[in-house]
Amino acid sequence: MIENHLSLLLVALPLLAAPIVAVLPNGRLPWALSTLVSWSVCYLAAWQLINVSSGQVISYELGGWAPPWGIEYRIDAANALVALIVSGIAALTLPYALKSVIKEIPHQQHALFYAAFMLCLTGLLGIAQTGDIFNLFVFLEISSLSSYALISLGKQRQALTAAYQYLIMGTIGATFFIIGVGLLYAMTGTLNMADLAQRLPELYEHRTIHTAFAFIMVGFALKLALFPLHLWLPNAYTYAPTVVTIFLAATATKVAVYVMLRMVFTVFGFSFIENTPTDELFLLLCVTAILSMSFYAIYQKDSKRLLAYSSVAQIAYMMLGIGLGSVLGVTATLVHLFNHALMKGALFMAIGALIYRVGSSRLEHFSGLGKQMPWTFAAIVIGGLSLIGVPGTAGFISKWYLVLAAIEQQHWLIVGVILMGSLLAVAYVWKIIEVLYFNATDEREQQNTAVKEAPLMMLIPMWVLVLANIYFGFNTELTVGTAEQAVKLLMPGAN
Amino acid sequence: MISLTSEQLIILAILLPLLAAVLIVLADKRPNLREAITLISASVVALLVITLATRINAGETPSFDVFDVVPGITVSFSIEPLGMLFALVAGTLWLVTSIYAIGYMRGHHEKNQTRFYAAFAIAISSTLAAAFSGNMFTLFLCYEILTLSTYPLVTHAGTAEAKRSGRIYLGILLGTSIGFQLLAILITWSVAGTLDFQQGGILAGKLDPAYAGILYALFIFGVGKAAIMPFHKWLPAAMVAPTPVSALLHAVAVVKTGVFTILKVTLYIFGSDFITSSGASDWIIWFVAVTILLASLIAMTKDNLKARLAYSTISQLSYIVLGALIAVEMSLVGASMHIAMHAFAKITLFFAAGAILVAAHKKNISDMGGLGRAMPFTFIAFTIGSLSIIGLPPFGGMWSKWYLALGMVQTEQWILLAVLMMSSLLNIAYLLPISVRAFFAKPKEGVVYTEVKEAPLSMLIAIGLTSLACIVLFFYPDPFYNLAVDAATGR
Repeated sequence: MIENHLSLLLVALPLLAAPIVAVLPNGRLPWALSTLVSWSVCYLAAWQLINVSSGQVISYELGGWAPPWGIEYRIDAANALVALIVSGIAALTLPYALKSVIKEIPHQQHALFYAAFMLCLTGLLGIAQTGDIFNLFVFLEISSLSSYALISLGKQRQALTAAYQYLIMGTIGATFFIIGVGLLYAMTGTLNMADLAQRLPELYEHRTIHTAFAFIMVGFALKLALFPLHLWLPNAYTYAPTVVTIFLAATATKVAVYVMLRMVFTVFGFSFIENTPTDELFLLLCVTAILSMSFYAIYQKDSKRLLAYSSVAQIAYMMLGIGLGSVLGVTATLVHLFNHALMKGALFMAIGALIYRVGSSRLEHFSGLGKQMPWTFAAIVIGGLSLIGVPGTAGFISKWYLVLAAIEQQHWLIVGVILMGSLLAVAYVWKIIEVLYFNATDEREQQNTAVKEAPLMMLIPMWVLVLANIYFGFNTELTVGTAEQAVKLLMPGAN
Repeated sequence: MISLTSEQLIILAILLPLLAAVLIVLADKRPNLREAITLISASVVALLVITLATRINAGETPSFDVFDVVPGITVSFSIEPLGMLFALVAGTLWLVTSIYAIGYMRGHHEKNQTRFYAAFAIAISSTLAAAFSGNMFTLFLCYEILTLSTYPLVTHAGTAEAKRSGRIYLGILLGTSIGFQLLAILITWSVAGTLDFQQGGILAGKLDPAYAGILYALFIFGVGKAAIMPFHKWLPAAMVAPTPVSALLHAVAVVKTGVFTILKVTLYIFGSDFITSSGASDWIIWFVAVTILLASLIAMTKDNLKARLAYSTISQLSYIVLGALIAVEMSLVGASMHIAMHAFAKITLFFAAGAILVAAHKKNISDMGGLGRAMPFTFIAFTIGSLSIIGLPPFGGMWSKWYLALGMVQTEQWILLAVLMMSSLLNIAYLLPISVRAFFAKPKEGVVYTEVKEAPLSMLIAIGLTSLACIVLFFYPDPFYNLAVDAATGR
């Protein structure tokens, strides 16, 4: 029974939970219910992934209406992987959230906070699950609106402007996307992605299709913060409450990258993209992004902002794989999608633990904390190494595939840029590590020597992610295996 | 012990230091227990590598895969003669260095000793794992873990200078390994479809010989640990570390992992035949030759004893690389043997330098006039180490130079032979005056050494052992010689 409706339950569960959470009394109850829901969803997502892991496709007809008229949830290895990332990160973030939220968010807003969190989870999972392009827009708006609200809850006043900035940019992105969808509908009369994929090839020459494509690409480039449309991201990540930063950094942009993959490979088809300058443009933007954003990260004085710029650079790695358009490249994109969620999740959780103890995210305030908070420090070191791509960590696997994809096409410049990006990552990661590792400067010394290790409720989720970073650096059956299955479906006939 | 298979011994040798690191951290508050853990695990590891060495000499070739990382790329371990030679050196010297380190760290009142011993054990574990690596991926993995685990040792002092040195250390070692070595590995993988170490190499016939030189250069310069100019600066910078670190890690484990990697790449990725037939090493050889001479010249200008020894190491490492680049049997034997011979001689010199620091608080050579009469044992050992580095009989260092020179004669590389000989002269010029000054010169004005005694006993034992080894290895180089010949001829 459950198995038949798995795909729907994944989305419906948090959606139904949201209003219930909202009316619960403030206190631990909203947190407890959300955590429970997120764990169940994570369990369902894992179940779903197992069902599709050997290449099957689940087609779920919403309300029994057959596609292309009704809404179809179409699950293959790619969606299932993304759904697992989103729900897995949520399931780890929520236990972590308890203490952090009590400290950062006013008591009377707790229930609403968790309700918004549930809605955001609904939206992100919905985007991953759906096979209907308009339905995708609806979920996009659900996740975006709730994340604007979540970001604005940040303690500092700048959180409001950051949320507003994201609201404007995000709305432009969503509008562009819906314009594109409208144009596609006008030309083909369908909103189902699989159906679109069949009807589009005969219309490839049509200018409206090109226009629709451009709108959709720019719209989602905004959502996933592709350089130079990333300007909202550093502020949003910096000023949002820590928990929100962790969750959004590890999931929101990943889901947007997934949509990009779907649009490029399933809906339009790479043969269409190749005849437009899009793939070259992607490569150009990504190369610029990796270099410039990594440099930016090096010069940041705020730890969250530093990681935010690093995220923009890392997103460019994922888009690079799409731009290369090869089997290896897309495999790299999907693998990095997963791995980057692990590393950024771990890093932001560790930074969050420091913020929890020190009350600030500025690097200079962390001086000498490595000794006081050894577990948090170790988490930053391992997460950072994964971000750099040191062998033995998950990050290495992504880099491995990405560089191989570039070598395969003899793009030596891109090879150089990817490796250069790793070296720049060494510089910004070590900036954090040095501050923590070396003794405190005099004026900080007295404050920081009294600091204790982060509470266990924070350390456990953090270390689950840290260990995952190591585990997936050695065992890639789940990541690479699933990615290869997904690529087979995304790029039929490419092998 | 004997009832275990060689595969189990390999795993034990790698895991035991790791386990020791964990126990050391747990024994944080009890220094004696902590040091006992270090000594016991070091003794067992020494026993393990010696047992393994006898089995390898008897013709065993253990190898096994641990697990697949991605399809075709495995973490795997295997022992061939060259790796065994390196492991034998690193494994036995860890025990000696541990004995020394206990005296040094306590005598010098260092802080954070727990972190020191734990990081040291991890570094040894990754060195042994590198020595036993069965493919290039595993070797690269261990190479990077070694870089990272030695960072806390280099920056042990926690001062601004240590921080700066740490940056240079990581910047060069990670920079070259990610920028060049990883790229070379990826290209190798995409060309050859495998990263396994195979006799005769995996690239011959698959890589266009015209590109062999570029790929080889990526490997050679990608191995920053071999300290070939212009990527040598990290080694003098690393001298800010406590002396036991400089002795074992920056004269033996870390730097030798570098040259060992180059030898492995030469023998088992390219294959010596492919190197000579494609001319891959033709132009890199001059970088190495220049490194040998230039580093020796710079060493002469250094007054700080450890800095002088560091530049000497840079020069000596390039001997080994040179042997690899010439890639004929004799030169490869010489290069492999030099891993061992230089290790024993240079660790003696560093031990002596540390003893001088602890006993007399002297860092600079110019302050050491007359010190030899106060610390005769230390300076005799220093002299023995120096003579072995120079390559005079009856010291072990003679053999490796002998075979290196034979290799050059065989290939008629007269210029390189001249470089080697000139470098030996330079060795004399920068090493012997130290002993001469200590024994025969007068102390500086107003300095008297009546208070200065020899260093603590545990340090003297270590110094005695390694300097004795320098002499023994002249008369009985067989354990290393046999392994080196087996490696070079591809038994």
